[in-house]
Formats: sequence, C-alpha cells, structure tokens
Amino acid sequence: MNKDMKLKIHETMLTIRKFEEKALSLFEQNKLRGSVHLSIGQEAVAATVGAYLRPEDYITSTHRGHGHSLAKGARPDRAMAELMGKETGYCKGRGGSMHIADLEQGNLGANAIVGAGIPHAVGAALSAQIRETDQVAVTFFGDGAANQGIFHESLNIAAIWNLPVIFIVENNQYAMTVAAKDVTSVEDIATRSVAYNMPGEVVDGNDVTAVDKAFSKALKRAKEGKGPTLIEAKTYRWEGHWTGDPQVYRSKKEINQWKEKDPILRWEKKLLEEGILSQEQIDAKHAEVDQVIEDAVTFAMESAEPDPATVLDNVYYEEAT
Amino acid sequence: MAVKKIAVALRDVIAEEMRRDESVFVMGEDIAKQGGVFGVTRGLIDEFGPKRVRETPISEAGYVGTALGAALTGMRPVVDFMYLDFTYVAMDQLLNQVAKLRYMYGGKATVPMVIRGQQGIGRGNAGTHSQSVETFFCHIPGFKVVMPSNAYDGAGLLRTAIRDNNPVMFIEHKALYITSEDVPDDPDFMIPFGQAKVRREGSDVTIVATSLMVSRAEEAAQKLASEGIEAEVIDPRTLLPLDIDTIAASVKKTGRAVVVHEAHKNAGIGAEIGSQISETCFPYLDAPVSRLGAKPSTLPFSLVLENAVVPGVDDIYDAAKAVCYT
Repeated sequence: MNKDMKLKIHETMLTIRKFEEKALSLFEQNKLRGSVHLSIGQEAVAATVGAYLRPEDYITSTHRGHGHSLAKGARPDRAMAELMGKETGYCKGRGGSMHIADLEQGNLGANAIVGAGIPHAVGAALSAQIRETDQVAVTFFGDGAANQGIFHESLNIAAIWNLPVIFIVENNQYAMTVAAKDVTSVEDIATRSVAYNMPGEVVDGNDVTAVDKAFSKALKRAKEGKGPTLIEAKTYRWEGHWTGDPQVYRSKKEINQWKEKDPILRWEKKLLEEGILSQEQIDAKHAEVDQVIEDAVTFAMESAEPDPATVLDNVYYEEAT
Repeated sequence: MAVKKIAVALRDVIAEEMRRDESVFVMGEDIAKQGGVFGVTRGLIDEFGPKRVRETPISEAGYVGTALGAALTGMRPVVDFMYLDFTYVAMDQLLNQVAKLRYMYGGKATVPMVIRGQQGIGRGNAGTHSQSVETFFCHIPGFKVVMPSNAYDGAGLLRTAIRDNNPVMFIEHKALYITSEDVPDDPDFMIPFGQAKVRREGSDVTIVATSLMVSRAEEAAQKLASEGIEAEVIDPRTLLPLDIDTIAASVKKTGRAVVVHEAHKNAGIGAEIGSQISETCFPYLDAPVSRLGAKPSTLPFSLVLENAVVPGVDDIYDAAKAVCYT
C-alpha cells in the first residue's frame, strides 16, 4: 500500500465517521426521518476496500451502507441530501438512507433487505466474466445476512462459476438486538467458505493493515481468474442498531472495550509512527473533513424537495421521445 | 411464415436475439443439455456454449438475484423458470429487488431482464406446479406482465420483452406448448406491449380471456353463435400495460362483458379489468360485468377435480348467456 492510499483511507474513515455523527445529531433534532443505521466504529473495512477499487469495479451494500457508498466515491453532500429525501440526493429522495446507489461509480446500491444485495454482486461479477473485463465485484453484508439462504446460494453460484467477487462479512457482533454468537452455528463465519470451496479469512476489522492484507490477496485472486473469497471482518458498531435503540442487549462496558479499539485512532497512531502524518496534519485533516460535512448539510438543507408531480417517474424505463 | 409450436417459436426468438445482441444470455435450471423441461431452450447450448447458457443450481432466489446484478451491469438476462410456481421461492428478489431497484435508485438503475416460464393446469402437477402467478406481478409497480395465448403472439411479444429495458414477466402455459401457429420469419417481428387482440368479432357480448382461456372462450363463442349470440373475444396479451381502450370500445358496442382467467377469481386480474370496464363503460352496460376464475381452492391433483376448479367452456358459455339474460 502506497502513501497516497494510506492517506486516502484516513480521509475516508474520517468522512464516514463525521458524516454519521452528523446524521445521528440531525436525527436527534428531528431533521432526518425514517431509519438511519450507523457504522461508526466499523470504518476501516469500507475505507480500506474502497481505496483499492476503481470506478468500474462494483460494490453492493446494506442498510448500514453510508460508509460503503462514501468509500466507493459518493459525495457527502448528495448522500446527505438523500438522507433528507431531497431531489439532489443520489436517489432523488426515493431511496433514503438505506438505498444509496451510484451506478456511474460502480455502486450498485445499498439494500434494506438483509442479504439481498449479495447475489447482485455475484451477477455483476458474472457480467464482467461474460464481457471479459477485469472488473471485480465486492459485496458487503453483516453477520445477520450470513444466516440468510441467499448468502449460501450466492457463495455456491460464485464458486461453481469461478466469479471475480469478494464477499465481505462485517461481523459487528449483533444482528439487530441478537448476539451473532447466539444465532450462528459457527464461531467464525469465514469458515463457511469451506462449504463453498473458496478461501475464507478472519481479520481484525478494526485494523486497516489486517483488512488490507486479506483484501489485497482476495483482489489479486479475483483478477487472476481464480474465483471468489470470503473475508470476515470482526468489528463492532458503537451505536445502536438504529438511532434510538435503547440497547438493552449489551453493556456499556462492552461498548467501551470496543471503543478502545477505535479503527481511526489506531490508524492515526500508525501514520504518526511511520512519519506519514504529524499530529498537526491530522488535526488539520479533521478540520477539513468537518467543513466538508458542514457544507454537505448546508447543501442538503438548501436542496429542493422532490416535486410530487414526478412521483411516477422511473417506475419504468421510458424511451426518450 | 412457418408453422411452429409455441416452444419452438420462443426458442427461435431467444436464439435470434442471442445472435443479434451479445448481451443477451439465458439462465435457469435444466436449460443446457436438457434444453428446458418443455424444450424452450433446446439446442442453445450447442450454438452459444456454457458462457451464455448458464445452467444454474436449484437456487431460484440466488439466480434471480444474480441475473439482476448482471442486468444492472450491461447484460440482458433471460431467466428461465421451469415452473412459474417456483417464483414464490424467489419472491424477495423478484418483488423487492427486480421490480423496485430502478425506482428506489432514482432512475439510475436499468433492469433489462425477462423472467419467463410456464404455469397452469393440464399435467396433473397439483397445487405447487399448476397455479397461475400473474396477479402478484401485476400488483407490484415495476414489472410488465405478458401472457401469450399462441405461438404468433408469443414470438412477437418475447422479442419485444427481450429488447425492453424493464423487467418483464413472460408467462407461458404448459397446456399450450403443443399448439402450433404460423409465425413470421422476420427476425425483427415484434408485437408492442399494451395492444389487445380481437380474436373474434361479435356484437352481443364481450369476452375478455387470457392465456389458455382464450381458446376456451373461442369455443364458447362458437356454441353461443349457434344460438344466435355473437360474442366478441378479446385477448389482452399483456396485462401490464393493459389495453383497456380496445376492451372498452368493445364493451361500449356490446353492452355486456365476461372476464375469464385461470388464476383465482378472488382479487384476480379479472377484478381489475372488470372494475376498469365499469369505470369506463358504465352508461353502456346492460348487465353487471361477470368474472370467471379458479375457485378458491388449491389446485388439486385429480383431473376431475382440477377441471372442477378452473373455468371450462361451459362456464364461459353460461356466464355469457347470463349477462345476455337468455
């Protein structure tokens, strides 16, 4: 990983963290509606993977997908506008927080049905294989999705056709309010790769270096036509499943233990040690991203609501007349 | 023109479209060596190979989702369902994903995808292999729903479906595969969606029938004609979009309407068509719109019972007589 990528990962993690902290604050002020699922504490996975992907590579994501979209090149202002249901949002206010998509950047979309986006990445990889391109598809999903049938069907299809797709399960320890360990037959979801004849790897999802190592290996494998990989990133969401979750299912102590493994602080420590960034430069980057997020909120707040007269637009593709 | 059975006509269209457009490919169960249980993909593997004839595991949700991902990224999958009853296994992918992504993603996503297969009675396959599924797909915005009743329409409509940039549910009927009809040789022969076909002209009563019920309606019309009642038989051909104009023009002429389909009568598409007739033709109606559909039971195995559930020629004849008050 070169220096530019290291800096990019830092910036992306900060963007995700600050975007979501702002979203939480706006929700608490009743300025956002619907569901807002935050990935604060999980930023290392999306940011590291995103640093490797080109615009022509594909991702699919989940209800907890702001980070994946931002890491795949989404602009914070248009993403924030989508959270507010505005016409300038990525989905023109039709999708909201759980459905940010940006097809032009290879983001095939976040998806609010648990596991449903997994086969779409398999299909994008199939498409790349048939068209004989070197594109790669990455699908992010949670530990909950790994218990859906579609997860198993998708891994099997990817394996039998040797598709360039990388399955990344972000095991954040809870499927909504239920501990993953209580509803999952295996300690490590990555071991399910054995059933589908592909490599599986468990990594510390709060450590950029660990994610990088596993992902770059999987990416190389996919591009060489050797097929899919399953990576399990062990991580933790600091906030509740949704904004307003009373979190009766876990203790403050547990949350605080994980906060000590903050992926951003760990990465900043490493960048300091390597002499890539000084503390002043880190502080400056924080201030810069704070401003980007403030500008994004201003853009979103000032953007127009969708016009009710357009409510039937895009139900169908219509030929231009 | 060449006389073709429906399965052959559809197969030829798929092959022609695969030759014309490299992004068209087929996916489904038993479609390669077997060529599909009803032969609609027969021979495609020999011409196009396994790269574009993707024989899938028995993972309906998995392969529909995979096809969707391919459609989002420049391909035009034609997804084969051996029995359309199996769409129920893939309903999240179909109803929540295939139908909705374009809208939910603000119009950026394009989903050029055909989901085709057969349904209905005729082989004694009982309740999970003999039902009619169109109602579900008419109810969720995003699909176009096509139901050809013969080889000519099937060929023209399937080509339109493959070239359409929207998800299309293309619903064939297992009992119709053995029927033959003249099909144009033109490799660009297309029938636009939303154009009903007047199968038989008449002045006394309009019978709107879909799929297998079209031939039953025509048979009932002949019987009615022998008694001096001239029935106009209309096949909508596509349920979404629905050509209500052709249907309404006929009902305004006849003043009477019978709507018949094989799917369950309760909350079926006949209720929608009947309601639209009432809305557009109320001053012209001489009788309430009559609806015929399957009785509210699971499709039974026994042939005797199966025939008791689904409308027959006599049921259509009786309904037409009833709205004519004779």
